[in-house]
Formats: sequence, structure tokens, C-alpha cells
Amino acid sequence: MSAPVKEFFIDFQRCIGCNACVAGCSECHTHRGKPMVSVDKVDPAHSAQTAPMVCMHCKEPTCALSCPADAIKMDENGIVHSSLKPRCIACRNCEIACPFGVPKISEEIQQMQKCDMCFDRTSAGKKPMCTTVCPTGALFYGTMEEMKRLRPHSKPINKWRFGKQVIETKLWVMVPHDVDEVVVDWPELLNGASGPIDLAVKLKEYFEKHGVPDPEIREPLPESMPEARPDETEEAEFL
Amino acid sequence: MATLPIPEEKYIQEFGPHVTDTPVTGWTAKPEPDKLVKTHCCFCGMQCGIQLAVKDNQVIGYEPWEDFPFNEGRLCPKGVKRYMQTHHPDRLTDPLIRTENGFRKATWEEAFDLIVRKIREIQERKGKDAFSMLSGVSLTNEKSYLIGKFARIALNTANLDYNGRFCMVSAGGGNKKAFGVDRAANSWADIPKADVIYVAGSNVSECFPTLIHYIWAARDRGAKLIVADPRETPIARTADYHIPVRPGTDSALNQALLHELIRNDWIDHEFVENNCKGWEELKKSVEDCTPEWAGEICGVHPELIRKVAAEWGPAKTSFLLHARGIEQHTKGVDNVLSLINLVLTTGRIGREGCGYGTITGQGNGQGGREHGHKCDQLPGNRDIENPAHREYICKVWGITDEELPRKGMSTVEIFKAVHDDEIAGMLTICFNPLVSHPNTNFARACLEKLDFLVSIDFFMNETARYADVVLPGSLHEEEEGTVTSAEGRVIRVRQAITPPGNAKRDTEILLELARRLGKEKYFSYNDNEEIFNELRVASKGGTADYSGITWKRIEEEMGVFWPCPEEGHPGTPRLFEDRKSFHPDGKFHMHTTPYRKSHEVPDAEYPIYYTTGRSVFHYLSGTQTRRIKFLVEQATGPICEMHPKLAERLGYKHRQIVTIETRRGKLSVPLQITEAIRPDTVFVPYHWAERLSANQLTVDALDPVSKMPEFKVAACRIRAATKEEAAQLRKDYSTLLQEAGA
Repeated sequence: MSAPVKEFFIDFQRCIGCNACVAGCSECHTHRGKPMVSVDKVDPAHSAQTAPMVCMHCKEPTCALSCPADAIKMDENGIVHSSLKPRCIACRNCEIACPFGVPKISEEIQQMQKCDMCFDRTSAGKKPMCTTVCPTGALFYGTMEEMKRLRPHSKPINKWRFGKQVIETKLWVMVPHDVDEVVVDWPELLNGASGPIDLAVKLKEYFEKHGVPDPEIREPLPESMPEARPDETEEAEFL
Repeated sequence: MATLPIPEEKYIQEFGPHVTDTPVTGWTAKPEPDKLVKTHCCFCGMQCGIQLAVKDNQVIGYEPWEDFPFNEGRLCPKGVKRYMQTHHPDRLTDPLIRTENGFRKATWEEAFDLIVRKIREIQERKGKDAFSMLSGVSLTNEKSYLIGKFARIALNTANLDYNGRFCMVSAGGGNKKAFGVDRAANSWADIPKADVIYVAGSNVSECFPTLIHYIWAARDRGAKLIVADPRETPIARTADYHIPVRPGTDSALNQALLHELIRNDWIDHEFVENNCKGWEELKKSVEDCTPEWAGEICGVHPELIRKVAAEWGPAKTSFLLHARGIEQHTKGVDNVLSLINLVLTTGRIGREGCGYGTITGQGNGQGGREHGHKCDQLPGNRDIENPAHREYICKVWGITDEELPRKGMSTVEIFKAVHDDEIAGMLTICFNPLVSHPNTNFARACLEKLDFLVSIDFFMNETARYADVVLPGSLHEEEEGTVTSAEGRVIRVRQAITPPGNAKRDTEILLELARRLGKEKYFSYNDNEEIFNELRVASKGGTADYSGITWKRIEEEMGVFWPCPEEGHPGTPRLFEDRKSFHPDGKFHMHTTPYRKSHEVPDAEYPIYYTTGRSVFHYLSGTQTRRIKFLVEQATGPICEMHPKLAERLGYKHRQIVTIETRRGKLSVPLQITEAIRPDTVFVPYHWAERLSANQLTVDALDPVSKMPEFKVAACRIRAATKEEAAQLRKDYSTLLQEAGA
């Protein structure tokens, strides 16, 4: 009997912004100090929410579809790989096309590099490095059964809608039970937000609605605020 | 000694901190390791299991250790990148002696001779206690025990203290008063079984990231999470109840919670009457502590307090966690006791899923505070002023009572005594008070006043710059030993490689110094396991009893929880299962904690609360983490978190450079405007030194019991930085990112 299939899950709600995933990824022998995953600050002026971003490994990868040199390939396990060096022309189509903002052209080697879900580790029976080190389980690698048992208050989905484009991904994201697909509309895209970030905001709203009674009583009581001091000097912006 | 003979830049040029992001073997030809050494991360009280990849006596990388039961491979970014410190270009590889031009390299012979001569000279001139020692609890149990013995016998001084004085002492003080023992009452395995978790004053997400997993495991079962913190930290962000408490008012909040528990009769009367002492007085003390009363003091909605009480009160199981947020106060012990009262009155302790614990901050914050390197303590968490305890340790050490010093001064008191000319010499190991001491400008003045300072460290920390002699010591991965994690689990730290160049193992340095001070006969050990075996004997019969723990057992059992009074004993993951405390009367002692104000609160002149804390990317005084580029890029220097309401009121913008002033000093930092903080409070992380030190502004007033300084509350005012201040800050920031050889 073959081993149960392990899947990659992202649970944005749990991210604490520690960047252990990024640190772990950068240690990989094959990309030598350079991370292929990132952690985004969702809305730092408003909250401490952060969101990890790894390649979602789309079933029909937009990066590959947009590649004029046919340099981006998916293998039999559904892993979308970095561009093939002999073919890649470093045109950045993939960078622009990917709705999740994952592929990046390496300036030094003029090639697109991206997360391959630690193919070297998973093929040797290990978990991807980011899911191994993630201290909170925001990134998780295990079977579907295991995930459903461990986290009954949310559910995994892999359907996304960016405007008119519908995307199905190999990776799963944990969402509230009444959500079936992640919808990211054009206006938000135009404002520069990417999918998971929008989802994170949505999750925050959801948890505020369902998990936190009376959000208004969570606010500190009003304060008497100090007045601006008259001896203001020239504003210095930190660069 | 006096002021630094050369400018700060020169020290940085020669000794760092520089940043590095390349393994010793480089990235391009990362070789296969000869072996993976199963050991622990050197940062924080979680002591996560990790494997260091070693080739040819070099640490070339890491691999997660998924079989270690606490963290199962999980790590924070410090843990992932920790191996970058081992072969860092800034490592000290030779003894250094102060000259007019900074430092010169010296031989060990020369350095030891000078140190011994100076110790003798100072002690003959001003008495034994005029030479002090300050240590740290990132050191192993073996080193902590050895230092306690070294200071008392070899230096023969009463004035030994440690940097736990800035970390866990308030928790220790509260624990001893209530329970008669100083340890988290449960292993972390009880957290996922709790129905309600109350986290008081701990940014678990940044200070103990791997513990978050346990809290989520409970929440996945439906547990409710309560977090009290002036900031909406990543753990507070998703909490069911975040209580944005005003700095320094925690005990009032907890008194009101207790008031509500009593009013609604959510009290375990059977437990309180049979197993506790002090109930009637406690009950009476909170009669008037209504949520309205506390709401006013704490700046939170009374209704929130009532709702939190209604979650905590009737719960079947619960876990209470706290850390520095409530402990680093002039009433830290009271804050701890006010929380313990919430545990005791509900009787939820000593059972499955019913727990309590402080989350120890430093690598060996638990073990390091048990075996005698506190000024008032002897091994096994014994009391240095208790005649029976003294007698036992004198017997183990083979000395007379007259030869064993009495209780000494605590850390801040030692600095004050330096200032008052009572103390003239100091030996520091694993301690960087120029970053971690409150009111660092005062601490610097004291360092400048010392006749003789010796620092043992693996890097030139900022305090060591002031030393007359710097001795190159060893890292966590360069010596065998044990540490005790925050849950009370004694675990094995492995030597992966030998120290670089002429650097020596810390233990070797102390033993050689003891020999040269003429006390060799008390310090003959063939290896560190012999030190541990003596620690076992010395701890026997104390509350922190390690006598049944052997290195072999630790390795076989993935750690053993103390107390473990005999070799066949399974260890004690959960304390108090017999519903008895460690006090002679077996009762849990309840203490009243009448609310009092912090030492310094905002007024017309200094109208804003100033509070300090940590970042996930740095460990304590930053001596190690400020040298690892990945971490420095994530958190380069200090910033000031400010609520947009306050920023608007004062007319400041995001990223603007401001200068924060208190009665003790000033600090220029970039603003980070965020709604995730109370509008009346600003926050600065403390990991940096000199002009960037958050502790330039903090107060050195102490808790009367624990002698913990009040790092968490000061009154400040804020103005726009001058052009000069802004330029200096930019320059300091760029220095923080400087690479070696650049």
C-alpha cells in the first residue's frame, strides 16, 4: 500500500510574522542563502497581521501559461519548478502574471527562481523546510485527514477567483467553514493587494465577527492626550 | 579603569558587531556533514531541540530535530540562523588586555597573572566583598553551579549575582511565596488540554514562538484565549479577549477578576478551605475592587473585565502563563501573586489540563536560577541565610560556615555599590549590562568607576569594551552540559566542536582561575559530568532536587523533569498532584496584592507611558543576534511604536525620527505608527547598546522583594529629532549593517 498523500496547507490566521519559514528556506543548498518564500505585513498601520507566501503550485500555472519561451514546467507531482535555464529569457512575464506574486527573476543569474516545495526534501520523505520549522503551524505539511482532525474549526480549500480568472492550486488554505473559494476582485488587485493578503483581512473580519464578542469593549478607554510641544524642529524622515 | 581610551567606532571596526550571512564553508560548496549533533537552540527558555551539522570541527549548518518532543522540529528564525554565530569573524580568539589604544592580544599566562594579582590587591585593600561577580543564565547548569561555588570559595565574595535579576526574579519571588518552590507547575503538555488560557504580559509570539503551537492546539479544541498586554501583539491579535491594560496596572486588573470570581461564586471552596492559607484576608482585600474601579486604573472597559472573569471563573480546566510584561515592575512579585490567586481560588492546579507557569526568558533561565548564582541562594534553590541549608552545602563543598559568605547584593545594588566606592572589582561572564541594565547611563558611569573589570565572553560585547582584561570563552555548542527549559525539563546540551583559536571553554577558564587563587582542592573535576554529579548531591533535599537525574537518563528519556529525588524516580512533569505545596505546612499561600502605582507615572512634564520589550529577531542584549545578517535585516535597530491618535496629536508621521526623553536620558528612533498599541503608551525594543539603548530611559527602582528593576513603566515626552540627532541615527543604523572587512 502506498503512503497516504501529504498535502501543503497554509493557515494565515496563525502567522506571527517571525520569518522562520524565510530563514529556513534561505538555508537550502540549492539556492544558497536566498529565500524563495516571503512573509508579508498585511496592514502594519492597523494590525500585527502577517501572511506567509509560498508558491501555490497552480494546477494550470499562470506563470507557465504566460512564458513566451516555454521555460516553466510542472512535474508529474504537480510541482511547478524554476524556469529552465537554457530557455529562460528573463522577460519577467511570469513575475507580472502570477496572481500570488511568487516568481522572481534573479538579477545575477538572469533566471526565474521560485519555491519548488522543497522537492529535494519531500522526495526523500521529509517535510518542506518551511513547514518543518514554522513554529505555529501556519505552514503545515500532512495528510488531508490529519488536517481535518487537528483543526476542526476551519476547512481547507484550494479554489481562488481573481476577477474572471479561476485558479485551482495544489496547496490548500484554511478558511472559515462558510467560505468555498477565495475571491479577489479587480479593484483590490488594482490597489496592489494580492490574494492571500485579502484573505487575511477577510479572516480577521470573520474572527472578529465569530470569535470576539463586542469588539467595542476591546478598545482602551479614551485618554487625555498630551499636547504637541511648541519646540518642534524640522521633520526628519527615516530612510 | 576609566572611560574608553578610543572612540566606539574603533572597537566596532576591530571586534564588531559586524553582520554575516554566509556559512563557514560558503554557499557554493556546502559540503555534506560528518555528523548531526543533537543539541538545543541557545536562545530563550524554550530550548528547542535542533541538530547542528558538523564537518571537520566546524558547524556548517543545521537540520531540524523532529524527534525532540517539545518542538518536533519547529524553530523560530533565531534558531534557524543560530549556527551562523559559531565561526563568526567577530569571535574572540585570544585574551585581551586594555591599553591606551584599545586592547592588545595577550597570552593566557599574562592575563591570568594580571587578574589574580588585581583580585588579591582589591580584596586586601577593600575587603573580600569589594570584588564582585556578575553572571548570566544563558549558561548551562554545570556552569551556573560552578560559578556559585567559584564566587563563594575562590573569590570568597558575597557579591555574586546574575542577569536573571533582570528577567525571572519576580516570578521566582512570587512562586516561592505561594508554592514554596520556583518552577512552572506543569509541563507544556498540559496547555493543549486547557479550556481557557490566560496569557498575562507575554508577547509569546515574538519571545517564545514555538510555544504558540501549544496554545493553538488548545484553541483547536475550542479553548478560549485571554491576553493582557498594552500592545496588540501577534498573539493578542487573534485572542478571544485582548485586555489592552495600561502599563503597570496588572495587579488591579487581577484583583478585579478575583472580585468577580467571588461575586459569582466561581470559587473552589473545597480546595481553598483544605489546601490554601490566607483566603479570608484575600477575599476581604478585593471587596471594593470592582471592574469599574479597575477599569478606571487599567484604562479598559469594565465590561471586558466581567466577560473575561466569566470565561475564567467557571472553566473546567485552565492554564495561566505570564512573563516579563507583568514581572519587570517595582511590584512584579505582587503582579505574579495576583495571578496565582486566580489559579488557587479556582483550584485549577496539579491536575491534567490545569496549569500555571512563568515563561522563562533566558536560555537556562530556569536551571540557572536554581543552583546558587543568585546573591541569596545556594544549590537546590537553598537559602544562603538558612543555617541548615548552609550546613548542608558546607559539607558538600568541604568548607566551614565561616568560609561561606553570607547573602550579597543584587545586580542593581552592586552597581550602586560600585558608584559609592564600596565595590572596586568585577568579573562578568555572559552578561552585557550596558544593554540590559536599567538607566544604562548610570551603569556606564559605574563601569568607568571600577578599578578592575574582567569579562569572559565569546564576542566583544559592549560592556567588555570597558574591561581591563577580556577572556575569550565558549559558545553553547562548544561545551558539554545540561540546561533546564522553562517547563522544568532538564536536557542535554552537546559539544559539537572545540572553541576557536586560543579561546577556552568557560569551565576551563573558571577552574584555572580557581587554581591560581589557591583553591584547587575544591575544584578538581575531570569533566563537566563530574560537575553535574556534584550538583546532584548539592541539590539533594532542596526544592530543586536533581539527585536522581543523570546525563544518561536525560539522553535516553529526552529530558527529565525535576524534582527527581532518586535514580528510579520518573521525574515530575506536573507539580502538586497531591494537592500539597512545598511549604512546610503543605498549604498554598494566598497573598493580598493591594494596588500601588509604578515608581514613575506620566505627569504634565513627561506625559506618555514608555515601555520596553523584545523582538522575535533578537535575543536579550543582542551580542549574538546583532551579528547575524538575516536577523539584523529584519530588525536592524530600535523603533518606537506609537498609536496614530497620539501621532496625530503630536503631529508626527510614520518613519519620522523622534527623540524620546525621560528624566534619565534620551533616545532618537524612527516612529512606527500602528494601532496595535495603547494611545497613551509608546514601545521600544531593548536589544541595542549605547545611543540606541532603550534602557537609557528606564528607571532603576526595584521591587522590594525580588530586586527586579521596573523596565516596563517610565514616563516620557517626545519631540521631533534635531538634524544632528537624525543624522546620527542614520549613521548608527548603517553601522549596524556593516559586514566584517568592509
